[in-house]
Amino acid sequence: MKVTGRVHVYARDHINTDEIIPARYLTSDDPAYLAQHVMEDLDPDFPKKVRPGDIVVAGKNFGTGSSREHAVWALKAAGVEMVIAESFANIFYRNAINNGFLIVELPNAPAHFETGDQVEVDLTGGTLRNLRTGQALTFQPLPEFAIKVREAGGYLEYLKAKGT
Amino acid sequence: MSMTLAEKILAHKVGRDVVRPGELLEVPVDWVLAHEVTTPAAIKMLEAREMDRVWNPDRVVAVPDHTVPAKDIASAKLYQRLRAWVQRHGIKHWYEVGRGGIAHTVFEASGLPAPGEVVVSGDSHTPNAGALGTFATGIGSTDLAGAIYAGTIWLRVPETLRIELRGRLGPGVYAKDIILEVIRRIGDDGARGMAMEWGGEGMASLSMEERFTLTNMAVEAGGMTGIIPADEVTQAYLREKGTPEERWHCFQPDPDAEYAQVVQVDLDRLEPVVAFPNRPGNGRPISEAVGIRIDQAYVGSCTNGRISDLREVARILKGRQVAPWVRMIIVPATQEIYKQALREGLIEIFVEAGATVSYPSCGACLGMHTGVLGPNDVCISSTNRNFTGRMGHPTAQIYLASPAVVAASAVTGHITDPRTLEPATEEAA
Repeated sequence: MKVTGRVHVYARDHINTDEIIPARYLTSDDPAYLAQHVMEDLDPDFPKKVRPGDIVVAGKNFGTGSSREHAVWALKAAGVEMVIAESFANIFYRNAINNGFLIVELPNAPAHFETGDQVEVDLTGGTLRNLRTGQALTFQPLPEFAIKVREAGGYLEYLKAKGT
Repeated sequence: MSMTLAEKILAHKVGRDVVRPGELLEVPVDWVLAHEVTTPAAIKMLEAREMDRVWNPDRVVAVPDHTVPAKDIASAKLYQRLRAWVQRHGIKHWYEVGRGGIAHTVFEASGLPAPGEVVVSGDSHTPNAGALGTFATGIGSTDLAGAIYAGTIWLRVPETLRIELRGRLGPGVYAKDIILEVIRRIGDDGARGMAMEWGGEGMASLSMEERFTLTNMAVEAGGMTGIIPADEVTQAYLREKGTPEERWHCFQPDPDAEYAQVVQVDLDRLEPVVAFPNRPGNGRPISEAVGIRIDQAYVGSCTNGRISDLREVARILKGRQVAPWVRMIIVPATQEIYKQALREGLIEIFVEAGATVSYPSCGACLGMHTGVLGPNDVCISSTNRNFTGRMGHPTAQIYLASPAVVAASAVTGHITDPRTLEPATEEAA
């Protein structure tokens, strides 16, 4: 399974859920509304700049903080296809898998890209390529469980199909 | 095979002799804690898939807390969605506005959770309950929906980071200083995805209220859970709260259990710690913070809004006044704590000192209501996060500290070490 997208690089660690979607918008769980404010406390222009299929690149511990799944919904509804980060916070990681939202853990991720680069990601093969620089990199593919959940259409569909 | 406390609880729950870090398990849960910000989305997901059932309505504890009483129509609707679901499914433990408070703090004192149980909630501060020897972890709305529907969650057995406490805290130093010091040392992702297991001979001197503060902030170090083996202090607390003894599973970690890392903290040598903007791990000794002018002083939250916190604040505010340019906001974490503070005369001390006392809720901790910060406001807060925009405007600056530091700073109008305050005046006392 291959995905190609344009990257937005945020070369910072600990980008937290309050920055991804501030609590002042949590009185709604409508993804389209949340998407209008996605990442605005980190980069106020992001909601205007982001296009469907784009990829966010960040440093360590992306999505740290609150359990709010609104962070994943906001990114997804804004059209973000995937986040490539050095590492992910535990709850954000779970929320991404449960929503079939793509995440890739890549050592030193921000060093390999500039904003605007096109990157091609082979999720099952665990390889990606920066189409501007030609650089090829490898990463640990998603665990089998995560792929099953994504194929089922999300965690609840997975649970329902399992007949718990 | 030797195991850590988290491993022992998970092995027990899945009916195995041994589990190892990295294994993916489907774990039965004992308690689901539900509030009005993340639960309505879970309910909506279940309804949309014709999965609207509750695996065990007696094991769900529902406590609206983030924006109650409702601050606007949108938050009123979230509350209504939670309440309608509670009524439809006959959820047994429902804490109505005016009888509840902050979900974690209500739950810890409810007599419901017992050592060895698994607790989940759509809230990252769920490890609060880990101070009772439970495996308690925060999850998103989809996981929450799964837990409500099936009574299970999936998780990878975490590695365990062990924190050994030695000695005793000196005057003016609190559990909040311990956890801020630990996060400062290991970093904001130092326990990422791990269980943070607390122990050591220094633990015996810490009350249950102090212990909740320690496990509450596990997530600020990236922890999946924070957990303290049940000891005599725990058992006395459980008896007081009426938790049936037959439900206790007071597992202890094996002496030769394997830890990803062991951190030692000498309580005798610990000084008050202040976490500077914009990360909880950005802690510094209070001496580096002294003198920073503040606009707001906030005491509350699931981290530090308990009766022992309010007593420390009252001890400092008695006979003193909040500085003229400072707004001080004090939020008892639950209605029970509020009532206790009234009985002890603490509320009167707060009001006489010129502080605002607000009703139990998450309030301004996450910038939703009752004390939201404006542009460039500087706030000293007893809460758990100082991220950009956390308590309001993104340019506001948040410093995290113990309730005593918050109270002392409110009095002088600058961040202040409570151990250095001049004695209160006689006539004002």
